Amino acid sequence: MTKKLWQRGGLGLGVLLILFWCLLPVAWIISLSFKSQDSITLGNPGFFPKKGTGAGWDNYKAAWENEQFRRAIWNSIGISLIATILSVALATLAAYAIARLDFKGKKLVLSVALAIAMFPVVSLVGPLFDLWRAVHLYDTWPGLIIPYMSFTLPLAIWTLSAFFREIPWEMEQAAQVDGATSWQAFRKVIVPLAAPGVFTAAILTFFFAWNDFVFGISLTSTERARPIPASLSFFVGADPFNRPASLLAAGAVIATIPIVIIVLLFQRKIVAGLTSGAVKG
Amino acid sequence: MATIEMKHIVKKYGDGFPAVNDVSIDVADGEFLILVGPSGCGKSTLLRMIVGLEDITSGDMVIGDKRVNDLAPRDRNLAMVFQNYALYPHLTVYENIAFPLRLAREKNEIVDQKVRDAAETLELTEHLERKPANLSGGQRQRVAMGRAIVREADAFLFDEPLSNLDAKLRGQMRTEISRLQKRLGITTVYVTHDQIEAMTLGDRVAVLKRGVLQQLATPRELYDNPGNLFVAGFIGSPPMNFLPATVEGTTLKLPFGSVQIPPEKAERVADKGLLIAGVRPENFAEASAPHARDVSEANTFETTVDVVEWLGNETYAYIPFEAPPEVQTHLDQLAKDTDSEALRTQLVITLDGTSTVRDGDQIKIWMDGSKVHLFDPETTENLTVDADHAGRVPSLGIGLDKEDAGVAAAGAPRS
Repeated sequence: MTKKLWQRGGLGLGVLLILFWCLLPVAWIISLSFKSQDSITLGNPGFFPKKGTGAGWDNYKAAWENEQFRRAIWNSIGISLIATILSVALATLAAYAIARLDFKGKKLVLSVALAIAMFPVVSLVGPLFDLWRAVHLYDTWPGLIIPYMSFTLPLAIWTLSAFFREIPWEMEQAAQVDGATSWQAFRKVIVPLAAPGVFTAAILTFFFAWNDFVFGISLTSTERARPIPASLSFFVGADPFNRPASLLAAGAVIATIPIVIIVLLFQRKIVAGLTSGAVKG
Repeated sequence: MATIEMKHIVKKYGDGFPAVNDVSIDVADGEFLILVGPSGCGKSTLLRMIVGLEDITSGDMVIGDKRVNDLAPRDRNLAMVFQNYALYPHLTVYENIAFPLRLAREKNEIVDQKVRDAAETLELTEHLERKPANLSGGQRQRVAMGRAIVREADAFLFDEPLSNLDAKLRGQMRTEISRLQKRLGITTVYVTHDQIEAMTLGDRVAVLKRGVLQQLATPRELYDNPGNLFVAGFIGSPPMNFLPATVEGTTLKLPFGSVQIPPEKAERVADKGLLIAGVRPENFAEASAPHARDVSEANTFETTVDVVEWLGNETYAYIPFEAPPEVQTHLDQLAKDTDSEALRTQLVITLDGTSTVRDGDQIKIWMDGSKVHLFDPETTENLTVDADHAGRVPSLGIGLDKEDAGVAAAGAPRS
């Protein structure tokens, strides 16, 4: 009995330590966002703002009232969602073909996809900048959606084809015998079964697009398409030598909210063992 | 309702290996046909060619009056039950059964009516709202069958549907399938490697070995008149005994002694030299047993029983013997073909359950000489087969259509 208690206590302690380690920066940013600008300038190293230097929700209000910031949030949500949807849709079809069909160059497709994923993003920024200006994609939504899509497709294809491979062949053969076309079998049987994989791929893609800074800063010049991470770097305030740290912190917290919502929504769909009960067992 | 005709069906894979080789089977309307054979004999491949999941290399597949070689599975109007059931785990039992109807865009009321009827038949009504993951093996099996019977398919195809169930449930489902098929009267093709299922379910049974049809006959014909050594050894449990034998006049000389056989049989094997004699375990009896059979003194011999297995209703007695190498190689090959292990050569005989024989006893055995089959050790064919009661044996040219007989004479593939 006591041994069990010790074990549980130890486990709890370990979890707390890891949580503390991971969440400390987040907690600090939140603390920062509630301090007033003066409090930071004067030096206020404590976690809680010193008496009389708390800013309440003022920083959040200020960040939200900033037109540039609101546009950036909107850009980020739109660009990331569209890139995610397109990438996952394409990856689903491609992964299905890779998992199910035997065609020439299958290995090539997979290894090229992997090679793309390994390519350093920074090295592509220069050429893309020139190309996008030539074809008038510079500072537009598609100008960011296309690179996000191409960099997330490989990972999505690999994740999804692993999921498809685990779905027994008999499932779609049964559907075909039951009178389904290949497309119907895919849509009504295979995709629902691969849903956990689809949502995993979607989350990863969304993360990539939402967190990207390099493309966001290089391929945009105005609020037309500038996403949140890039936009935050333009939060200079009145005095360029005295950056509004607390305002920035509030902006960063706001920018985190959509991704938390998305993860919570998608996470419910990632239920392991959805295929159990399909075949013997 | 439809007939299924397979004409000279061949399936070759990429490496040129024929998984199914020149198989011709016709299934009558409403017939229950079994495809049986050891693993790798091409029975499942043949079934998948009927349903359209496997391409046909050559030959014609005719369902009803339509050649279906190039039709997609969904255009063949067949229903299939898979070995692992292949239920849709994201749908409820109700939607699983309704799936084919939804694809056919049936109206909701009709779907509901049909699904409830099928569920009633299979006693699934109280499980309709559950997901397959929460069902037992037998219930999943019934859902898979529900999905098959819910629409008016031309034929049912079963691919080893009971092999994932435990022995008791398998027996129950076997009779259930038989009852269902008789009630619905639908043409059925059923693949199994279990010879008990083959014997009990089928109107006719097609025995396959390495992609070649060995014999197509009723279960009784298969049991009483096997066309060759393979069929004889595959059908029956415990299996038929194979003994080295020579015939002089009407006397059959076996390792244990001599037995008189009917003159017609003796005539067919005259001057053939060494033969393989096949005798079913129940064609032996203890000479002293109070049996209704005509126990003639001529067909008895003394022997020592090695091991006795008492099962209650009957007793198996094992008697080892030495086989000459010519026969031994065939028996080893046969064991390999029927997925069993080549063990010591021994005679198995079925005695009455009341028998008091013990291990190591000396007993007097009587053998029914009229039930002996004699096989040619070279070709493994049954030389004493009763051609009128053996169904179709392609390698012997028995029971073939005229057109096919010509092909067989011209050197059709032999086993």
